[in-house]
Amino acid sequence: MENFFDKVAGEPIDRVDGRMKVTGKAKYAAEYELPDMAYAVLVSSSIAKGTIRRVDAKAALRAPGVLAVISHENSIKVPAHADNEHPTEPPTGGQPFRAFYNNKVYFNGQPVAVVVADTYERARHAAMLVQVEYDKEKHTTSFEENIGSARIPSQVKKNPKSSLADYDRGEVDGYKKAPVVVEAEYLLPNEMHNPMELQAITAHWTADDKLTVYDKVQGTKPTQAAFAKEWKLPVQNVKVIAEFVGGAFGNGLHQWPHETAAIIAAKMVKRPVKLMLTREQMFYMVGYRPRTWQKVAIGANPDGKIVGIRHEAIGQTSSYEDFTESVLQQTRMMYTSPNVSTRYRLLPLDVSTPIWMRGPGEATGAFALESAMDELAFKLNIDPIQLRLINHTDVDPDNGLPWSTKYLKECIQLGAEKIGWSNRSMKPGGRRSGEWLVGYGMGVGCFGAHRGAAAVRARLMANGTLQFQSAVTDIGPGTGTAMVQIASGQIGISPDKITFQLGNSDFPQAPNQGGSATVATVGSAVVAACNVLKEKLLGMAASAEKRFTDVKMEDVLFSSGQISLKNSPSVGVAYTDILKKENLPEIDIIQDSKPGTEGSKYSKYSFSVHFAEVHVHALTGRVKVNKVVSCADAGTIVNKKTAGNQIIGGVAGGIGMALQEDAVMDHRFGRYITKDFAEYHIPVHADVPHVDVIFIDKPDYIIDPMGTKGLGEIAIIGVAPAIANAIFNASGKRIRELPITVDKLV
Amino acid sequence: MSQKPSKGIPSPRDSRRDFLKQSAVLTGIALTPKAAITAAENQWDEKLADAIEKIPLNIEINGIQKSLSVEPRVTLLDLLREQLNLTGTKKGCDYGQCGACTVHVNGKRVLSCLTLAVMHDGEKVTTIEGLAKGDELHPMQEAFIKHDGFQCGYCTSGQIMSAVACIREGHAGSETEIREFMSGNLCRCGAYPNIVDAIVEVKKQGKNI
Ligand code: FES
Ligand code: FES
Repeated sequence: MENFFDKVAGEPIDRVDGRMKVTGKAKYAAEYELPDMAYAVLVSSSIAKGTIRRVDAKAALRAPGVLAVISHENSIKVPAHADNEHPTEPPTGGQPFRAFYNNKVYFNGQPVAVVVADTYERARHAAMLVQVEYDKEKHTTSFEENIGSARIPSQVKKNPKSSLADYDRGEVDGYKKAPVVVEAEYLLPNEMHNPMELQAITAHWTADDKLTVYDKVQGTKPTQAAFAKEWKLPVQNVKVIAEFVGGAFGNGLHQWPHETAAIIAAKMVKRPVKLMLTREQMFYMVGYRPRTWQKVAIGANPDGKIVGIRHEAIGQTSSYEDFTESVLQQTRMMYTSPNVSTRYRLLPLDVSTPIWMRGPGEATGAFALESAMDELAFKLNIDPIQLRLINHTDVDPDNGLPWSTKYLKECIQLGAEKIGWSNRSMKPGGRRSGEWLVGYGMGVGCFGAHRGAAAVRARLMANGTLQFQSAVTDIGPGTGTAMVQIASGQIGISPDKITFQLGNSDFPQAPNQGGSATVATVGSAVVAACNVLKEKLLGMAASAEKRFTDVKMEDVLFSSGQISLKNSPSVGVAYTDILKKENLPEIDIIQDSKPGTEGSKYSKYSFSVHFAEVHVHALTGRVKVNKVVSCADAGTIVNKKTAGNQIIGGVAGGIGMALQEDAVMDHRFGRYITKDFAEYHIPVHADVPHVDVIFIDKPDYIIDPMGTKGLGEIAIIGVAPAIANAIFNASGKRIRELPITVDKLV
Repeated sequence: MSQKPSKGIPSPRDSRRDFLKQSAVLTGIALTPKAAITAAENQWDEKLADAIEKIPLNIEINGIQKSLSVEPRVTLLDLLREQLNLTGTKKGCDYGQCGACTVHVNGKRVLSCLTLAVMHDGEKVTTIEGLAKGDELHPMQEAFIKHDGFQCGYCTSGQIMSAVACIREGHAGSETEIREFMSGNLCRCGAYPNIVDAIVEVKKQGKNI
């Protein structure tokens, strides 16, 4: 059977929305012009814990243009908030902070009031006039001082079978019996997603019980469901629009207080309200990668065979909501170790709730695991590549299942060649280039290959164009482009005749864009829709061309906008002729698609290997990432250009993680002192070298009909340890606390 | 604008005082016990404030001459985005730290968040919307599409405006130089290498951009 992979996969076509983006026509959440728009600016708490005694809005209300000052004192109540009293123990996640619900302050920077005015400048000025008095309580924000209070996640208490529960394979702490043991602690700081687009929402009550929001979210349907629940409205009364999303990296996967604040404000002033956070506010209320302490111990035989691993992690969360992520999964399945123990705990603090940040827990876990592997390789005097190969496994040791596909060895081999691994000195500090010490490092990444359920609407028009609609969003990877290519390959219509509309909750169901699952999930629905269209076309083909009477699907080809007979290709009929003959203006279908049960027989992962060549200045400790090679086993690559770009972006994120990103809190106040781009550094042009991207590009049909496995997360998972390991190789300094800044190297 | 009291531009200090007096009286009336929402009854307030707080601004934007009346505290960025609906210019920080808001003023790159609109009286502003000639894209826009110099697209307007200026300034001599002189334009999606490729290509074409 012919399939997508053989036909169009990989074509590096230009993005279908590229023109919109380079001309400034793409509209993001704060860029819709609505009649009578008002502007909202948040007032944030200046204490980390306590209660609000009084909100003095007098001066603000007197300022020109002000329409309202809203706080818990006068806010209308969000109907569902009262159903959700915060229990003494936080719930299992998914209970967002309730804006203006009561006088409690849970974290510094928490929105305590919102000022609405007729212009942005007036709202901003009036927000500065709002005086808030507090009854302060002692807050707890320091991770290090409170690490002893870490506890089991609520989710595990409810469900001891949860994947976050304590895990022991083989003997508990079996690593201890091994002749060679490495054991070390690793620390990741809080990191901020900081997409370039500031979090923004435009909220518009089009009727008393009808809400439209233009919102920076990663899913229009999940957001629609969340707001409908919050306001106790029928789902169809809420409309969510996110046609363009200016990056998100995970922070559009949850509901945040500013969204509710804007919706409340719009309801109260009876006008559409636009609210855009400031960059500083982005540090306080839209999630972050949580500070995580880890300890890894690996025991091995002198030949490099791993005997046992223990991996513990403690991640920060808020006092009112459990946030968990999968930090330890990679340790359970990556290497063939008979004994593995993992322990995961949460440390609630008086801070806001974290949220998945690109590569989420897996990237955090991989930093510790892949650093520890490098430490083990050094101790054993075995090449780090060799150590991975010695402990390679062809079944998932976690569950005994075969991999759906796994080309990790190929990744390692191709990447090593490309970076010039043979130049690496086994001895740290063994290579120099002038004043610079040169080192090479590697890190492996993996991420579960997921596929969910989705539906698309497809309309084949009489003029031969094909239009799709899906509620999915595109936060940057090029979803529309990939979908157009998949459809093109499946139904034989050229990409310029296909459009893919997205980012609107009126369109058919799609999950959040997250977890590297969009292409597998929505792409499968596109394939299913194309297949239905093909059946319909073939069913009607005989009316336009007699020789298609009783012809079967396997006897025909669909390409260049026509059906033709496989064994006499000159006999063909154009789709447009079929529709004309049948007098149809269009064929309009909605088709859904979900994974079958076949997949449960396999363990399904994408894999990546990242290689870094770094230069460390011998005197100053300055680090330059000179070259990165990333090789990905992500199944079929739909578009090499956009996929390559995604890997490059992940590498840039990994460079930030390894060398720069650090949200530092002043615990006297529970406030960040790094609260903008001058203090919180992310990679700039000068920090990101050329990145060589290699794709294995072999399909995995267990996951989906295109053979794709997902790319967004593995692009970053393993990058930070590759850089840390390269720094060790260059300088002999093993840095276990990110980011690796010069002060740690001199 | 015609409803405004036509008393010209009053001296700021006096009028400010008048305004405050007036406004205190007005809000005194409006502050009923339910005072949280003053709503729109205070139209006088706003009109007065409009008259007093705005000053005239003549500015050419994308080749079109505009006669505007703006508050002095309005940044060029907010003028473009919120008053002229030219939302192609992006706000990524509002502190001059990200480059998303880069526009050309009299042909030179300027961070529009870091400059007040009224400082540009009589000047020429070009935004991303004014870069193409009708349907014909600017070579830099073409090159960004070809090299996939973006993902989410939010930093893109700023990158393109900066990239054009980078070549004009003579700072696109090598990849290293481009990286250095483009480092004020952040891209969280991390499309940097592709952006550099796009700039190198346009530079090589040697066109007068
Ligand atoms: S918005 Fe102007 S530099 Fe960031
Ligand atoms: S393309 Fe997303 S920030 Fe640059």
